[in-house]
Amino acid sequence: MSLSDRINAGLRRVPTWPLYAMGALPPFWYFYLGLTGGLGAEPISALEHRLGLLGLQFLLLGLAVTPLRRFAGINLIRFRRMIGLLAFYYICMHLLTWLVLDIRDPARIWADIVKRPYITVGMVGFLALVPLAATSNNASVRKLGKRWRQLHWLVYPAVVLGAVHFVMLRKGWQIEPLVYLAAFVILIVLRLIPRPPVVRRSARA
Amino acid sequence: GAIAGPIAAAVPIEREPTSYEDITSYNNFYEFGTGKEDPSRYADAMTTDPWSVQIDGLVDRPGSYDLADVLKGMDIEERIYRFRCVEAWSMVIPWNGFELRALLEKVGVQPSAKYVAFETLYRPEEMRGTRSRVLEWPYVEGLRLDEAMHPLTMVATGIYGESLLNQNGAPLRLVVPWKYGFKSIKSIVRITLTDSEPPTSWNKANPREYGFYSNVNPEVDHPRWSQASEREVGAGIFASRIDTLMFNGYAEEVASLYAGMDLSRFF
Repeated sequence: MSLSDRINAGLRRVPTWPLYAMGALPPFWYFYLGLTGGLGAEPISALEHRLGLLGLQFLLLGLAVTPLRRFAGINLIRFRRMIGLLAFYYICMHLLTWLVLDIRDPARIWADIVKRPYITVGMVGFLALVPLAATSNNASVRKLGKRWRQLHWLVYPAVVLGAVHFVMLRKGWQIEPLVYLAAFVILIVLRLIPRPPVVRRSARA
Repeated sequence: GAIAGPIAAAVPIEREPTSYEDITSYNNFYEFGTGKEDPSRYADAMTTDPWSVQIDGLVDRPGSYDLADVLKGMDIEERIYRFRCVEAWSMVIPWNGFELRALLEKVGVQPSAKYVAFETLYRPEEMRGTRSRVLEWPYVEGLRLDEAMHPLTMVATGIYGESLLNQNGAPLRLVVPWKYGFKSIKSIVRITLTDSEPPTSWNKANPREYGFYSNVNPEVDHPRWSQASEREVGAGIFASRIDTLMFNGYAEEVASLYAGMDLSRFF
């Protein structure tokens, strides 16, 4: 049995519901840290940044599922919905922190969304994720049929907008956000590598 | 040892000073990394003794001045100033130091001088952040001569009566309280009097976003974020933003320096 087979066999035994529960915890943990001084002198921006980053990391992890299966033989497909939903959840909390703890004033919030390109970009990315989260249940998959796949293509612009949002909000050209943007590009390029022609296995002699 | 003197706040401030812990652990000093905690983590590697400052250009007594020579005859006092970062956070800092004017008078400014240029130490082996080209090194800043001679403009040597820590720009840094924090250049090794506007690091990196003047101005937004309000560092997770004041609250003292200038053009 190859390593990837063993990993896949192990993964098959992992139930998803405890992972949902665990995945729900980080925002609460960060909030607790912020309350108790664990996020440093500027807890509101630290909370904002940590949640946004976690959301972006999960979005990229979601995009890594297909290449991981194809190039490493590791099958995370059972967890992909959870990865995507957790990403959406972290990004909602990121947005909520900005709205409720940081800016607060509705007029300023609207002014920021329309006037500041990086916030506009982030907000459009968030809006692109909303229909994906809303149609992540089995009923929607059945109901939408082929159109479900077309709709979920929106994840690509959403992730690229999230990564660009990160690059744009930093002062100067900083390495960290560019690394995330590069990871996105790599994950896309891996998808573009043509598949080898399907060779039918001949029956064993 | 501390370089401290009599307490004489120049301008009354209605906010409590930021804690020493926050002032010394939440910093921008890209020579040590772009993270806020990087300077407090890595600035220890910088050697600040011996230290000398090259003072040259349009001055009567140019030369390399040892730190002790720079400080000789300077009246070290405490001044509690607001400090407003261009990133829209702020602190209130009890600085110890002397007026830049006193130092400039000591070296003798020639009548043809119009600007003062400053330069930060650039020593890659001690400054891990300079291995990244996030800015062009060394870090440089500048002031118009009248800004440099203004009594609010100081050279800081300490905070809360303690000598400056490296992350705060030891052993000598500029403090210009009505301008965004990046104008208050740290760990100064060179001061040059010139007759033309000197280049400044953030302006070189992005002239659309950072002007030479960089006066705190709630009405002129940064292209990427609003400058109308700011977060008080250390105020906690439930604190709301506070309004940013024109010239960071020092309009009465400095607005006349910019009379007749369009501040949205000369930002």
